[in-house]
Amino acid sequence: MCTLNRSGRYHTSGFFSPILTLLIMIASLLSGPAYAAQAVDNFSAPLKQLLEFDFDIKQQAIEQLAKSDDERVDRIFKTLLNGDLYYRKEDQALVYVFSTDDGYALTGVLDNASLGVVSKREIKKITVNNQLRELLSGLIAERGMSNRNPAVRLNSVKEMIGQVGEPDRDRLQKLLVSETDQRVSRALHIALAMLDVVHGDKQKQLAAVVALGESDYTESRNRLQQVLKQATAADDSALAKQVKTSLHAIQLRAERYQALETVFFGISLGSVLLLAAIGLAITFGVMGVINMAHGELMMIGAYTTYVVQLLMPNYIEWSLLVAVPAAFIVAGLFGVAIERGVIRFLYGRPLETLLATFGISLVLQQLVRSIFSPLNRSVQTPAWMSGSWEINAVLSLTYNRLYIIVFSLLVFAALLAILKKTPLGLQVRAVSQNRTMARAMGIRTEWVDAMTFGLGSGIAGVAGVALSQLTNVGPNLGQSYIIDSFMVVVFGGVGNLWGTLVGAMSLGVANKFLEPWAGAVLAKIFILIFIILFIQKRPRGLFPQKGRAAEN
Amino acid sequence: MKKMNLSKWLLVPLFMALPFAVNAKETIKVGILHSLSGTMAISETTLKDTMLMLIDEQNKKGGLLGKKLEAVVVDPASNWPLFAEKARELLEKDKVAAVFGCWTSVSRKSVLPVFEELNGLLFYPVQYEGEESSKNVFYTGAAPNQQAIPAVDYLMKNVGVKRWVLAGTDYVYPRTTNKILEAYLKAKGVSEKDIMINYTPFGHSDWQSIVSDIKKFGSAGKKTAVVSTINGDANVPFYKELGNQGISAKDIPVVAFSVGEEELSGIDTKPLVGHLAAWNYFMSVDNKNNDKFISSWHKFIKNKKRVTNDPMEAHYIGFNLWVNAVKKAGSTDPDKVGKAIIGLSVPNLTGGKATMLKNHHVTKPVLIGEIQADGQFEVVWKTKGTVPGDAWSDFLPGSKDVISDWTKPISCGNYNTKTKKCSGQNF
Repeated sequence: MCTLNRSGRYHTSGFFSPILTLLIMIASLLSGPAYAAQAVDNFSAPLKQLLEFDFDIKQQAIEQLAKSDDERVDRIFKTLLNGDLYYRKEDQALVYVFSTDDGYALTGVLDNASLGVVSKREIKKITVNNQLRELLSGLIAERGMSNRNPAVRLNSVKEMIGQVGEPDRDRLQKLLVSETDQRVSRALHIALAMLDVVHGDKQKQLAAVVALGESDYTESRNRLQQVLKQATAADDSALAKQVKTSLHAIQLRAERYQALETVFFGISLGSVLLLAAIGLAITFGVMGVINMAHGELMMIGAYTTYVVQLLMPNYIEWSLLVAVPAAFIVAGLFGVAIERGVIRFLYGRPLETLLATFGISLVLQQLVRSIFSPLNRSVQTPAWMSGSWEINAVLSLTYNRLYIIVFSLLVFAALLAILKKTPLGLQVRAVSQNRTMARAMGIRTEWVDAMTFGLGSGIAGVAGVALSQLTNVGPNLGQSYIIDSFMVVVFGGVGNLWGTLVGAMSLGVANKFLEPWAGAVLAKIFILIFIILFIQKRPRGLFPQKGRAAEN
Repeated sequence: MKKMNLSKWLLVPLFMALPFAVNAKETIKVGILHSLSGTMAISETTLKDTMLMLIDEQNKKGGLLGKKLEAVVVDPASNWPLFAEKARELLEKDKVAAVFGCWTSVSRKSVLPVFEELNGLLFYPVQYEGEESSKNVFYTGAAPNQQAIPAVDYLMKNVGVKRWVLAGTDYVYPRTTNKILEAYLKAKGVSEKDIMINYTPFGHSDWQSIVSDIKKFGSAGKKTAVVSTINGDANVPFYKELGNQGISAKDIPVVAFSVGEEELSGIDTKPLVGHLAAWNYFMSVDNKNNDKFISSWHKFIKNKKRVTNDPMEAHYIGFNLWVNAVKKAGSTDPDKVGKAIIGLSVPNLTGGKATMLKNHHVTKPVLIGEIQADGQFEVVWKTKGTVPGDAWSDFLPGSKDVISDWTKPISCGNYNTKTKKCSGQNF
């Protein structure tokens, strides 16, 4: 069997694995006695056709190539699927392309020889459309069924389940015999059940219906629905009954997973709200400053991420780890500057503070427009944050959301620790409870004010790093979160971090449970109305501050 | 005597200079009404630069009617009432000959009464929902039958789509377009339960539940596609979420009407590859006119990485039509230009001709492109020839019998062919 090693070269393993023997058997069965003679044609002739512009011709070429058992086909298909297969204009030779600093390094598709570095003008991409992509991924799946990696095999079998047909039966059964991985063999069983349920005899059919009822693939549900129709048409009550039970079981499980998924969505929305609001919980909640520029501090954090990625283009995977402290510092410095420059003159005058900070928010937006252009900037998502964790065929949780939930809880814990365990935290609490007394005890209240505001702003910057992974990094990023942040802080109870946590999570989950039946627009309105009513009843939020400090 | 002579000599250059002086002083003013700040700045700033470039080129060719063109740029700051104010300023104070501007439908609706009252000319370059035809507005972007309907046809015939998700931002363009599309799909025999309609607020960023719904909707065993009228920014998190939840273009393709080269230039396009967009122009179209346009754009903006897009082409067409109409009419008087422009043709950038029709819309080819990894589109399908723009959709009960014709004897933007009456209303 030939495999692809890291350097991109092929090497053959010395031993014939049972899978290989099987494959050769199948291949010879498929192509008959003329197989050997056709081998050449199946490979080189269709390769030439790939250069044609017409997608129909390309499709024929790909189908031809699929019949070849040449091991080079796998890589050609994969590259083609990704849209990375090129040809050299001068001699129309197919090439793989790696972009380097000097241009594009070429390797021949046929002989894997290095062909030097050229400019983009000298090569042309072989384009594919969605039909071809679908065909290719099906073919890759078919070829991947005999791959060594169980994950690849599993994916291939899953891809098969939807389009399995009677001719595949022998192959599936043979694969099942040699399969060692449990998950793959379960998937193979389902694939076979998909066949049995239509083509098998009575007994097999019933067994298959039971098997399909235990799986969560949408294909198996659709197949069962078809069978139900046929069974009712043919008056086969036993089968129909069994199908109904199976469908019911699938439905029940799906509903349970759906509820779980909604809770996850809610918590993830809550964690974004928490990140956006937690900095505000410090500046607004602890210091009592209505900071309308809070959103713009998040925007600064997001732009810091962008700049960090610009500075380290080759280490995108690590960029977020660098961006978190960088954003904290940059946004924190902006915060200190705003506090020292404007807000400290306005303590105790909330209306003026509101107007002044609103003005600052506009200034910051325009600043970003002038420096970075009004267009949105592209922040890349590291590979480890893309994709989703597939728990089963129905339930999958996206990685970026998972990370952000964890991240928001970490930030929350860190902030709590700072306020409860550090001298700065002690002083912040002292100043917020009784400024005059704190000053009498020798605390430099002015310095504490600046530090507190800096801390709240820095946290906003950190939130910006997370938001850069979810939404657009542009001058308007902050505006869309400022209302939500105030909402969370007021709902949770001003001056109470735990209130902010509970408030954010409950608003997030409530929003996501409302969304499916009310729509995104109405859900938001309902939440707002609910908060207005809630504040009427409990003006101090979910967890009001107790004690003398709450009196003033 | 000697003194006289001297003064004579002095007069000669003065007389010679006089006609030039008049020419230099008397310019034809062209208004540019695009937001340069606020939310829409992202899209509209480019159009302002496009207009400046076109005016600059025209001046290098010797201007118009022997006079130089002068651009008057105002900034309505993405604020709809301010659009009306600025339009009034352009027409009353600056006395511009024509205005090129607006992006969102709501801004166009806000300036419409001003243009009708002061009899100005507006060239509107963006695809829109139709159901409007004003004597004073020329619609150089696509009407629904030049974008939405051909795209749906393509999905139905070439991709075999059976279930439809109509997803849009919650405002007038997506709502009207989706109403038209829903009526059209039903007329084609698609049943109610195979259509899912969904609206989201502007700048929506939490797409988890909606994408998960689309996934469920698409797993019923029938080929499903999303027809997206989602506007601007909100697209990026939408496509990202699609990618993260494992929905690729080959499972559920998304065809978008508001995502162009400019929008793609701000984002990581990896998760978008293979999704579709329907426009009347793509930067990637191989055509001599287009190459020339792109290279002069790069030269003008001094940045080789800047892209061109569909509304830019619409301004290109609109501007050239206006220039030709002014030449034909020999005047910049709005009534004369409005009369002269109907029936004029100018080349578009994709190798065809754009003709101004009686209903103030133009003929356009419809192209479907697949998004590529480099942020460009690869054309996968296009109409044979051009499609004439239809102001009043044939698929809405209220506008089926209505046509617009600004030539005599009808001269009406809202003429009912059944009752043979003009409603007098343009919207």
